Amino acid sequence: MNDVTIRPAVLDVARIRQDFPILAQKVRGKPLVFLDSAASAQKPRAVIEAMREAMETQYANVHRGLHWMSERTTDAYEAGRDAAAGLLNARDRHEVVFTRNITESLNLMAHSYGRGVLRPDQAVLISGMEHHSNIVPWQLLRAERGNELRVCPITDAGELDMVAFERLLADGKVGLVSITHMSNVLGTCTPAERIVRIAHAHGAKVLLDGAQAVVHRRIDLQALDCDFYAFTGHKLYGPTGIGVLWGRRELLDRMPPFLGGGEMISSVTYERSTWAEVPHKFEAGTPPILEGIGLKAAIEYVNSIGYDAIAAHEASLTDHALARLGALEGFRILGRAQDRGGVVSFAMDRAHAHDVATLLDRQGIAVRAGHHCAEPLMRRFGLESTARASFALYTTHEEIDFLADTLARVREFFA
Amino acid sequence: MSDTAFDDLRDLYQEVILDHGRRPRHARRMAAYDATAKGDNPLCGDRVQVFVKYAPDGTIAETSFDARGCAISVASADLMAEVVMGRSKADTATLFAAFRELARTGCCPHCEAAMEPALERLAPLAGVHEYPSRVKCATLAWHALSAALQGQGETTSEGGEP
Repeated sequence: MNDVTIRPAVLDVARIRQDFPILAQKVRGKPLVFLDSAASAQKPRAVIEAMREAMETQYANVHRGLHWMSERTTDAYEAGRDAAAGLLNARDRHEVVFTRNITESLNLMAHSYGRGVLRPDQAVLISGMEHHSNIVPWQLLRAERGNELRVCPITDAGELDMVAFERLLADGKVGLVSITHMSNVLGTCTPAERIVRIAHAHGAKVLLDGAQAVVHRRIDLQALDCDFYAFTGHKLYGPTGIGVLWGRRELLDRMPPFLGGGEMISSVTYERSTWAEVPHKFEAGTPPILEGIGLKAAIEYVNSIGYDAIAAHEASLTDHALARLGALEGFRILGRAQDRGGVVSFAMDRAHAHDVATLLDRQGIAVRAGHHCAEPLMRRFGLESTARASFALYTTHEEIDFLADTLARVREFFA
Repeated sequence: MSDTAFDDLRDLYQEVILDHGRRPRHARRMAAYDATAKGDNPLCGDRVQVFVKYAPDGTIAETSFDARGCAISVASADLMAEVVMGRSKADTATLFAAFRELARTGCCPHCEAAMEPALERLAPLAGVHEYPSRVKCATLAWHALSAALQGQGETTSEGGEP
């Protein structure tokens, strides 16, 4: 993390694009314009090679084999944990729990923290711009244990209503605040440090959903001061099948296991079993070994470019997209948060998002269309669905121009 | 329209689909009806509610719908309302089966000759067979109608299509 290399805050996008083999693909005879990275990002050659190399040269199950291959593989897999700890600026690598994806991280929280640490009379506070994966686990908890679920409203600009936020915490009943660090629909970056400060002042712990945020900005847990942080590998240019839950050691220690099985035990008898130390207590079964190795490669790749350059590039892309799409007739852009990342959702007056997406696809442009797993948020803005363009470090300004030009023609098509 | 960029999409978005998608003739909630059912495609968020009035002989006197969805789902619901008018429940079920095959494969070689005029009317929707993710858009209203005729309140296009 303490990298002193001075890097220019400008990306050499053309060179970066060479690192992503898939970007050379054509779709329907047209160059691929991939604007769906917020759903899942493409993979650099470094990630592909790291996983392939592991399978070809050093693969076995981890943490148990007393043989060379297992030891080597364990080292490589555990290096992924170090990389994740470094990415978040976590103090203790044992605080990094590997899961299958962020949905599992959040379910682990609802299960182990919700059922094991929260009292049934304590509430969980989420926001009005959460992904379904940060809504449904808490509804399941409420159904089973009665924990109240509170929802902090958002403003018309798509920002968290901080007055309401403080009011919802005022009675001291909220035990856990679980809020997105960056909305996958609006692009809004939430004021995490302020959220944490206010929540802590009211006795609540804070879990941040960093699925989108970790892609776009440097995360510093020491500055954020949150209690839990979750993200997923595949949105960060890494493989699918690996997610992360970071938590404070003293809280993770208090939480009962999530899944039971091998790897997570200290000893097993028919009368009782004892649990392994964190993080292994939460990692039952053979872990995502290759994915851990791939995640390390992805984190190293992102670090080699640097978050300053990534953030500057994406801010420039987002400004450009907001200007170009904002100038189009008949389009409505959702959210106008001051602090936002590279995600732009929009609706067209003449056509449904699915029709828009189908026409864009014909030109090789991939966008997401639908409710983006955030139905309550869609309803908040009076929409059933939107199309969403999302940007990554390999996105170019020309691609955004092509999107805007094509959207204008799509609207003509539906005239 | 001079823009040729989307020419190959004319199979999917034929003029009749654009027209009925934009100006559906049967899109309204009935104040009084004999049967209704909602259809829901949870993956994309499309919703439709179909209303049915029966004639004294049990055939469909009238169908209308309230839909939130893409041009294809709205046009399909509208054309459906048109072609099921005057049909018995059994007849409608047969037509639905034929239409499903049309939407999935683009043709219906084994369909009954008696269905042909109706299927001809629905033929502009056959273009969806080349867009697997859009087949559900075309069949959602039919699933809802089918549920209404069977006296069920809700249905989903999940699972029913490839």
